[in-house]
Amino acid sequence: MRWDAPGTVELAREQGLSEEEYGRILDSIGRTPNLTELGIFAALWSEHCSYKSSRVHLRKLPTSGRRVVQGPGENAGVVDLGGGWVTVFKMESHNHPSFIEPYQGAATGVGGILRDIFTMGARPIMLLDSLRFGSLDAPRMPHLVDGVVRGIGDYGNCVGVPTVGGEVDFHPSYNGNVLVNVMCVGVARADGLFFGRASGPGNSVVYLGSKTGRDGIHGATMASDVFDESASEKRPTVQVGDPFTEKLLIECCLELMGKGLVVGIQDMGAAGLTSSAFEMAARAGCGLTLDLSLVPARERGMTPYELMLSESQERMLLVAAPPDVPGVLEVCHRWGLDAVEVGSVTAEPEVVATFEGREAFRLPVAPLVDDAPRYERPWVRPAPAAAVTLPPLHNRDWGADLRALLASPAFADTRPVWQQYDQSVGASTVVGPGADAALLLLPGTSIGVAATTDCNALACGLDPFNGAAQAVAEAVRNLACVGAEPVGVTDCLNFGSPENPKVMGQFVAALEGMAEACRAFEVPVVSGNVSFYNETSGSAILPTPTVGMVGVVPEVRHRPRGTWREGEALYLLGAAEGELGGSRFLQLVLGLEAGPVPAVDYAAESRAAAVVRGLVRQGLAAAKDLSDGGLAVAAAEMSGGTVGAELALPEGVAPARALFGEWRGGFLVAVEPENEQALVRACEGSPVNRLGAVGGSRLKIALGGNVLLDEPVEELEGLRENGLKWLSES
Amino acid sequence: MKAGRRRPRVAVVIFPGSNCDRDTLAAVEATGGEAVPVWHQSRDLAGCGSVILPGGFSYGDYLRAGAMAAHSPVMAAVRRHAEAGRPVLGICNGFQMLLEIGLLPGAMLMNRTLRFICRDVHLRVERDDVPLLTYLRRGQVLRLPIAHKEGNWFAPPEVVREVESEGTVVLRYCTPGGGLDDGANPNGALNAIAGLVNSAGNVLGLMPHPERRVRGIVGGEDGTPLIRGLVEAA
Repeated sequence: MRWDAPGTVELAREQGLSEEEYGRILDSIGRTPNLTELGIFAALWSEHCSYKSSRVHLRKLPTSGRRVVQGPGENAGVVDLGGGWVTVFKMESHNHPSFIEPYQGAATGVGGILRDIFTMGARPIMLLDSLRFGSLDAPRMPHLVDGVVRGIGDYGNCVGVPTVGGEVDFHPSYNGNVLVNVMCVGVARADGLFFGRASGPGNSVVYLGSKTGRDGIHGATMASDVFDESASEKRPTVQVGDPFTEKLLIECCLELMGKGLVVGIQDMGAAGLTSSAFEMAARAGCGLTLDLSLVPARERGMTPYELMLSESQERMLLVAAPPDVPGVLEVCHRWGLDAVEVGSVTAEPEVVATFEGREAFRLPVAPLVDDAPRYERPWVRPAPAAAVTLPPLHNRDWGADLRALLASPAFADTRPVWQQYDQSVGASTVVGPGADAALLLLPGTSIGVAATTDCNALACGLDPFNGAAQAVAEAVRNLACVGAEPVGVTDCLNFGSPENPKVMGQFVAALEGMAEACRAFEVPVVSGNVSFYNETSGSAILPTPTVGMVGVVPEVRHRPRGTWREGEALYLLGAAEGELGGSRFLQLVLGLEAGPVPAVDYAAESRAAAVVRGLVRQGLAAAKDLSDGGLAVAAAEMSGGTVGAELALPEGVAPARALFGEWRGGFLVAVEPENEQALVRACEGSPVNRLGAVGGSRLKIALGGNVLLDEPVEELEGLRENGLKWLSES
Repeated sequence: MKAGRRRPRVAVVIFPGSNCDRDTLAAVEATGGEAVPVWHQSRDLAGCGSVILPGGFSYGDYLRAGAMAAHSPVMAAVRRHAEAGRPVLGICNGFQMLLEIGLLPGAMLMNRTLRFICRDVHLRVERDDVPLLTYLRRGQVLRLPIAHKEGNWFAPPEVVREVESEGTVVLRYCTPGGGLDDGANPNGALNAIAGLVNSAGNVLGLMPHPERRVRGIVGGEDGTPLIRGLVEAA
């Protein structure tokens, strides 16, 4: 089929457009589009690029606040850090490509999110990965885990941005659809930001970076569809990453920006040259001309269709004033990168491309971007999970229950994963992976930037509203453990097909829960990503609205730690009991994915987080939040497998709820005896209980004189170490 | 160093894929040196007294770590500098380059796990009698991070014998107490070798990253003595 063949409704359907959408194209341009134009519509109107099913609901998120410099709509969100610094951050999914080809899928996910950050003028300072896999005995699953981890490592390690946090979890609902959500945090001077705007008619458009090949054509469309048995046939839609070129691009772009040679800039991500050209034009209210014959091509004979829709990696589109173009090209060539002037900015809001001397396409900007279809898909509000009758929960072997939890992959020590990532390049990592949150120093200062990713998908499956709100609360707690105050959120909303009213209902409820929590904690959402169609052969993933939260520590004076030390006193901040609904205890010990997930108590959570934040900043305490697995798991983790402790639970509590209950917004805190008074004073008005002291080699927890469990901490740690050990071997 | 005196100038060579260059420049400044970035296409070292080849992926390292960098214009200057007896420090990818151009013996294989490894290791100091190692004491144990996929030092038996008999091993992977134990060797390097010096004592290569440990808040200052030794030898 020739690139300029006339479009038909059948061709439209092949590219993922509906008949109604094809009619809308005919109306908006008043003629029959050629194949290239049809491909451009299909890419920009895909779910992935247009957010057509989610946009009407995304408006519910709070996106403004006193620190917000740039909310959603740009390549990434920007929040003020003080001292003339801003942080630029975003999280994005690369789920579909990673399931088809895990190594390249995950690697290019890292590459894409890095470009979203440095394209704004920020130097990327950290990466986090939120990963979801299926059961390890599912087909291909160990291969997928290994491939994703190697892909993330090889890309991030080479570009020299430390990977410092994230999560790894497992559930059979991801057997046919793994999740790879990558978050990047960058920093810039407040007056050094750049935007993806093709402004100033007469300005030059420069193509910069790798040559365009035939890889990844229609990747955005692939990511907007469900999988079936033939998923492996989609391998050619996955791109191949080149981290060395990415590294050159980072340095080259930051140098161009520092020299004042850039008017606007955007990376060629999903939908490649198409999205960068049309989105940059749309944001500026301008148009572009492009000579596609000038685009550096990797292969001979590439057509306008292929050049516009290739998703070859490591490419940027840049707008510069004509007198600056020689300077731009000089810098690019010094970095060994292809750079070619391929067009110019026009006042008329349309993109006009020529190829071999004749017009290849001419399309108005608005119908493709701002006036793309929006759907209010039918949805049904999910009924929150009801209470279930539990078996009698007394006289159990609580030690065996704790062992069962710690031996599950969900609680495995993730060291075999993150030891494959460079965590300390940049020499700014104060707290790296394996902790509640990462904490890095802003280069050359003592300002701390913290980040965490969180989502308990099990809870979101039972109650999308409360589950999503709890994810936000957990992120707030995790930041508190390193002394950081939350300043902004990026989200990555992973769901099944939006055409299924039940899935759409999960999406709406989760979004509302996240919105409520972000309002209550006063943390705006400044960027994010929606990934629909995460299902295979009709079976959808658990709703997984991942929260990425960034926090700030105005001055880092002490190194937060997540383990307790010999001789310290242990306190429980927060309720003495948690709830068992949606808990890991029910899931992994009793085999029940059931029960109600409680609403977040925002006032109590905020108070407790503020107390912990203060103690950690002053170096007075080590803290761990009580989340998955409750108090018993938190205690095992704080022991680090080296020093034990003796804890006595408050009188009258139910053992299961006290040991393994979740959703209580609490912290386990360790302080030196001389700081106990300071801790009690700081907790005034909030529930606090002294549980015991650190010492010995066993974790001993008693209730009213009865020892509930008494386990050697070294053995408990050994259970955690075994879960993913195979990943560190050859 | 006395106030008012000119700070020693240390060249930090920047290859397109260097990614520890900024950390190295900062570490030199933090230990009293004047850090001078030198681009890989330069044919001289800007009159600096010492030179550091920093870590990273010089030219992408798709072929073999450091193999392409060995042929870059600046390396001729580095070689002349080394042959004149002036101080040269190669860190990680920089160590790999020193092996590639033959300033130090042996070669790097893939880690025995065939995986990238980034974690803190313990290192036993084996030499303290050359100017570069002024601030270290033989038998001292350092804790520094490694971050590499090709750090499994290898050489034919006669070269290993020579290295050991000449005593040019500077650092060995060890237990926290300083003992040699295969479990403490992260990558499979022969004789747990993590760092080497040439027989003249002016060219030093090591796999761990001292430039990442010059501030306590990010995990310790065990890297300071190595960087300071190079700065003051400039």
